[in-house]
Amino acid sequence: MSELSFFLGCIAPNRYPGIEKATKIVMEELGVHLLELKGASCCPAPGVFRSFDKLTWLALASRNVVLSEEMGMDLLTVCNGCFGSLVDANNLLKEDPDLKKEVNDVLSEIGREFKGTIRVRHIMEYLYDEVGTEKVKESVKYPVDLKVAVHYGCHLIKPSKERHLGSIENPTFFDELVEATGAESVMYKDKNACCGAGGGVRTSALETALKLARAKLENAKAAGVDCIVDACPFCHLQMDVGQTEIAKKFGDVFDMPIVHYSQLLGLGMGYTPQELGIDMNYAKNDEFIAKIEKIAGGGK
Amino acid sequence: MAAMEAMEMSDVIKTSDLDKAFRDEVLTEPGAEKLILCFNCTGCTAGCPMAEHEPKYNIRQLLRMANLGMRDELLNHPYLWNCTTCYKCQERCPQGVPNVDILLKIRTIAVHDGIMLDNHRKVAQLMAKTGHAVPINDDSKEKRKALGLNELPETVHNYPDALEEVHKIVAATKFDKLTEDKS
Repeated sequence: MSELSFFLGCIAPNRYPGIEKATKIVMEELGVHLLELKGASCCPAPGVFRSFDKLTWLALASRNVVLSEEMGMDLLTVCNGCFGSLVDANNLLKEDPDLKKEVNDVLSEIGREFKGTIRVRHIMEYLYDEVGTEKVKESVKYPVDLKVAVHYGCHLIKPSKERHLGSIENPTFFDELVEATGAESVMYKDKNACCGAGGGVRTSALETALKLARAKLENAKAAGVDCIVDACPFCHLQMDVGQTEIAKKFGDVFDMPIVHYSQLLGLGMGYTPQELGIDMNYAKNDEFIAKIEKIAGGGK
Repeated sequence: MAAMEAMEMSDVIKTSDLDKAFRDEVLTEPGAEKLILCFNCTGCTAGCPMAEHEPKYNIRQLLRMANLGMRDELLNHPYLWNCTTCYKCQERCPQGVPNVDILLKIRTIAVHDGIMLDNHRKVAQLMAKTGHAVPINDDSKEKRKALGLNELPETVHNYPDALEEVHKIVAATKFDKLTEDKS
């Protein structure tokens, strides 16, 4: 069994704990044991905190990486934003000795040192590269008969330097992993568009951020999907909580369920929507929950 | 022109107003020296998802202003904080200009100059204090319990010593001072 430290970040544990639980369940089923990364903090968010002060961003991000270095294992995240901060900080410090020294001077205040001994992994690229779509497919006992709109999000694949995930204009690995659950990945307009939340935009210019989310929801809905599947709790929050905000500000109602990939895979493994926290979204959709309850056949 | 709207084509730029030191500071960001290779093809703005919804947001123009050294106009620009950092423009730039990295550097100069949006100041303070930009709340504690998880996640929330480490880091980098309320 492989072992990884599990970096929770902020939004998964503190707003969507179902994503945290679903991840632990599905990785264990796939033979990947996740260990708690005790005492980890905010990643901190790449667009916004790096904007404020790069050294603080690097020091806090590298502290999280160091905690995993000290456990002697690679780190797993289920969030594009966390991946963006941690993978970029890890790579920057590995490449630049001067920057590494500057950051280690800060980390010496807490008696820690960045060594550059581990890799930062995102659940989607880890599943694709290390577990493999075939093994994911074999783990699915109850094919997930849903039409889904895959939302890659941004920081999972960009900046592409050192991510090595193939085409950033037409990526396919996420779709392949979705189809391994038995679901159908449906093409929709502007599939690779941003959800609008990142870079501090949701925080400082909510209405503008929601315009991007609204386009995403409109395009997914027009394609006739049952739900949107993402791999980032911040995109998840933007498209879920955003639906209530959009209804209030613009009057558009979508009733679009938002599901994290770990939850989708959990359904295929036989867990119920309640066990996976899919019913805990802020935008309620009883019809969808009733539909996916039939997939698991009673749960585990 | 401190709180100007997006520039119009008819606006005149006086070379005497340009700040070369500002441009040089922007260019200290690793890779930013490629900014001088920009030939204004506008591919960045053409593909920008933010520009599609907020047409006055123009990443090409912002970077052009940086290249010219238009310090005050840029640091106070009403659209400086509209980039979601999706990195599409950076990936597509035929000249390899790291657009987003440069924009973040400009934002950093603004913040260090005391120019920070209120909500950003609040989220910075929240993270510096709790170790989370989005800390736990009562609703999520209940959800965690219902799922059979511990009420608090195994993060800084459950380890006071770890939170103390975060406090020491933000003090060492003076992030706490940088983001404190303006007197």
